Amino acid sequence: MTVAPVRPAESDAPAVAEPTVAPGPFGAPILRKEDRRLAAGEGRYLDDLGHEALAAAFLRSPHAHARIVDIDIDAALDVEGVVAIYTYEDLDGRVAEPLPLLIPHPALHAPRTAYPLAKDVVRHVGEPVAMVVATDRYTAEDAVSLIRVEWEPLPAVIGIDAAVAAEHAVHPDVPDNVAAHLVQEVGDAQAAIAAAPRSLTLDLHVERSASTPLEGKGVYARWDADDRSLRVYTSTQTSTSVRFALAAKLSLPVDRVEVVTPDVGGGFGVKIVHPWPEEVLVPWAAIRLRREVKWVEDRREHFISSAHERAQKHTVRVGFDDEGRILGLDVRFWHDNGAYTPYGIIVPIITSTQLLGPYKVGAYRVEFHSLYTNTVMVTPYRGAGRVHACFVMERVMDAVADHCGLDRAQVRLTNMIRPEEMPYDQGLIFQDGRPLIYDTGDFPRSLRAALDLVDWEGFAAVRAQAQAEGRRVGIGLATYVEGTGVGPYEGAYVRVETTGDVVVATGLTTQGQGHATVFAQIAAQELGVPVDRVTVTTGDTRRFKYGVGTFASRAAVMSGNAVALAARKVRAKALRIAAAALAADESELTIVDGVVSVRGFPDGPSIPLATVAVLANPLRYAFDEEAKRATQFAVPATDGPPVPEGEEPGLEATAWYSPVRSTFANGVHAAVVETDPETAEIRVLRYCVVHDCGTVINPMIVEGQVHGGVAQGVGGALYERIVYDESGQLVNASFMDFLMPYASEVPTVEIDHVTSPSPLNPLGVKGVGEAGVIPGHAVLAAAIEDAEGIRIDRMPISPAELFDLRRRLAAGEDIGLRRRSRGEGPS
Amino acid sequence: MKPPSFGYHRPQTVAEALSVLARYGPDAKVLAGGQSLIPLLNMRLAAPKVLVDINRLGAELDRLDEDEQAVRVGALVRHARLARRTPSTSTTGTSMADAAEASIPPLLAEATRYVAHPTIRNRGTTVGSLVHADPAAELPAVLLLCGGSVELASVHGTRTVPAEQFFVGPLQSALAPGELAVAATFPRPPARSGSAFREVSRRAGDYALVGVALQVALDGDGQVASARAAYLSVGPTPVLVDLTDAVHGSTVDWEDAGRLAQSQVEPDDDIHASAAYRRHLVGVLTRRAGEVALARAREASGDA
Repeated sequence: MTVAPVRPAESDAPAVAEPTVAPGPFGAPILRKEDRRLAAGEGRYLDDLGHEALAAAFLRSPHAHARIVDIDIDAALDVEGVVAIYTYEDLDGRVAEPLPLLIPHPALHAPRTAYPLAKDVVRHVGEPVAMVVATDRYTAEDAVSLIRVEWEPLPAVIGIDAAVAAEHAVHPDVPDNVAAHLVQEVGDAQAAIAAAPRSLTLDLHVERSASTPLEGKGVYARWDADDRSLRVYTSTQTSTSVRFALAAKLSLPVDRVEVVTPDVGGGFGVKIVHPWPEEVLVPWAAIRLRREVKWVEDRREHFISSAHERAQKHTVRVGFDDEGRILGLDVRFWHDNGAYTPYGIIVPIITSTQLLGPYKVGAYRVEFHSLYTNTVMVTPYRGAGRVHACFVMERVMDAVADHCGLDRAQVRLTNMIRPEEMPYDQGLIFQDGRPLIYDTGDFPRSLRAALDLVDWEGFAAVRAQAQAEGRRVGIGLATYVEGTGVGPYEGAYVRVETTGDVVVATGLTTQGQGHATVFAQIAAQELGVPVDRVTVTTGDTRRFKYGVGTFASRAAVMSGNAVALAARKVRAKALRIAAAALAADESELTIVDGVVSVRGFPDGPSIPLATVAVLANPLRYAFDEEAKRATQFAVPATDGPPVPEGEEPGLEATAWYSPVRSTFANGVHAAVVETDPETAEIRVLRYCVVHDCGTVINPMIVEGQVHGGVAQGVGGALYERIVYDESGQLVNASFMDFLMPYASEVPTVEIDHVTSPSPLNPLGVKGVGEAGVIPGHAVLAAAIEDAEGIRIDRMPISPAELFDLRRRLAAGEDIGLRRRSRGEGPS
Repeated sequence: MKPPSFGYHRPQTVAEALSVLARYGPDAKVLAGGQSLIPLLNMRLAAPKVLVDINRLGAELDRLDEDEQAVRVGALVRHARLARRTPSTSTTGTSMADAAEASIPPLLAEATRYVAHPTIRNRGTTVGSLVHADPAAELPAVLLLCGGSVELASVHGTRTVPAEQFFVGPLQSALAPGELAVAATFPRPPARSGSAFREVSRRAGDYALVGVALQVALDGDGQVASARAAYLSVGPTPVLVDLTDAVHGSTVDWEDAGRLAQSQVEPDDDIHASAAYRRHLVGVLTRRAGEVALARAREASGDA
């Protein structure tokens, strides 16, 4: 089912682009342009570069918390092939300073960041302590194994409970381990709950996980001593900002630093953090040694020294009436931010502000503490705080429905914001510092579409059939609203070559999203050229210097609109030049298949865009046949200058898109699970998704994003968890014990679309990159709870844990659903 | 994750391999499929001075020898070759090569299909898995259940070690320095018997949280004469349990057999499963495998 687009209500919005007028590549499910190359093994990832470079390897802390008494590198220096070994003592200039606090916030009252190499104290297992540069990685690792460090172990703070208890401190000058404390309140939630006819308290816990892209991080630096310029290749989600950060750290003029992002084997958030210690140290060493240096992170390094996410404990009080209408919601949560806070408190801010989802809750109060622990730091991972937020809100909805004896879908409908209330201001300040205002969306329609897709009404019969066969099944629902396309801006450059080919560049990076395809679709649509004539470059500061990065489901919104705006400028210029050449009026011209002609007269006078591009650059020298047409004597002489006032040579333009605030996508997931009555194994039988990301540029890519997100959501709910022991050792730092789902564990995803274009941007698009993962915890917890009749208040959940819950229920613990004790059907 | 440097030998004959192994003793490790050894090297959890790559010894070691009593699996036979011959699923194993293959005991074929994933089964060897002696692995349990043995060759000769003496501890086998495991012998099941393999793993292809290989034999009257099971992931080595007392004669009670097995295993907690859950699974899987094995035994006896 496809629901007809909802026209934006706001009249001051720019017009939506032309796709509804002229059929073209925009909106078409065309194959990804990048896939042939990647599938054929022709991708160029970081480790495919720099085969002649020196290799770096790092000695990393084996302790969660320890003082460095002495470092002895003598034996390591004797290893043949070792070029240099660095410890903190060797660092100089701004490299010796702590790494930057990327996102300060007034509530982050005790921010702490690490040094590139540990200074005096290490605060998590995996923190870099020494860097070895050698002729190859094998030799570098041999030398690392010979470095002797005398440690004085300190007490480790592991887990939220230990951080709250604060018997020990991660940072001595932060004795309560509290990095940040933030309260937002809309109305008087506590009074509303006290006055409500019914109330509940829930404790909800989400465990730690991690992004785990298949390609870890990597940095390769080349210093040109003659030119005094640096080129750095890095597997990042923000080459533009790495460039500025490195220029600052290394005290180089920005125009002497180029940062190039090659193909990237996944990011999922962890690669937005920058500059990583290695991202500073590798170029620093390359300059110092006047040699190329490369470091490629291995899997264990990634687990113990990159970044994690998800761990939060929440206590929720909710007041509601007999219809399940929520009157007040009071959420307190504790966020484990690990040892350092370079990325600020973005994750808990998102949890606290996105928690309400599609609902109105009367009064809302949210308070969080962000806590230091002696573990790897926490930064956004796909979903970024929303997975927890959705889990909390949707667990509340199910608990309220259970408490009132009402249908879970009906309770959700009762509490939803209606489409006629859009735009809807939740009264909160979002992660971009702007008001959290939902722009468009028809949440009841999304929910009803999901109920239809999963056949909510028909599930009673499915359950009865399963029970008759001795099987146990359950169904769950989860909704979300996702703020996407946060600013501050992106830009794009579009040029028509004299061959008629179109070159597009934008500053943000690509790690699997299909930007080479969707940005080409946008440019092709705007310029009237075939999509296969468009080539897109991302993440290369040589091609585009300014930009922010690829995170927060923002690339299609930010760079997509910038590409459209740049292409429109190019189109306008092309029509001006063509109008002069054809002696026609610009308003009469159109571009079809790369040829400018008079609208309605396809066989009349015309001029290819390639020729327009030639004419756009008046020449003195005819270096080829095409160029002859643009030389001073070939161009019809006019009285004016060859480049008219206000024009620039070249058929090219740069444009910028900078929104006033985020645009909000929404969706509903519904899942059916089967739990084995004996083994407690959990199998997802059906997984249904209804999503609304506004105008769709390429439905195939949107569905691919949803599929990937669901795979990660299922993984996060049923398989993946980061496990530290009491001493702070990460006990499952490998893909053998950190269980990412295989294809065999990922269900078939059934998808339906609702389209509510955003009035906030020219294309009407919203982000979709993170959507698929957000409801994973919530929807599978709901379905398992429904199958089992046992409250699920902690995710992820394994068969062993479900087995334990069953035993506790059988032993008489009060963990069952009320509807079970009332003898009602599980749904 | 790069291994420390090591010497590398690639002998052309078993005799040459044995002489290299004799020379280096405990400093040498044998490289066959490499599915466990290479990760251990890369993580620097193993640092042998010398690797002895036996992959050129196919003429001597990549062989399946069968007779009516047993199948002898050479040290270079890959899992995939055994998994392909799956008597219980006749849709696989129809190629020309397979037709010429030895007939694999059903339990061995069934269990081999639970070993990791196709890419690992293409490379990893059955004998290598036995020598690795992981108590969570499938094949040690199968060898133990069927009363098989491993042939260990050295410059001093060859000795045959029965399964119950071969698995010494977690990741510890009876293989001595200087020895090469050249083959494992899996005896065929007795007439009027049936077997089954079942396991619960977190993901398809993972090491089992608990697994069981179970065999039932019937007497001439179609009654259960014996029932035995070998369990994996419930102790430092695979654990063999005689279930006959619970299911003999006409009173077949697999729940009772499960309780009997539960009393004889000592599983541990780890991050994937608690000991209590593992013990519970021992009961469930005993019944599930037992019912299937019994049905197969009756089928084999023409008594279905």
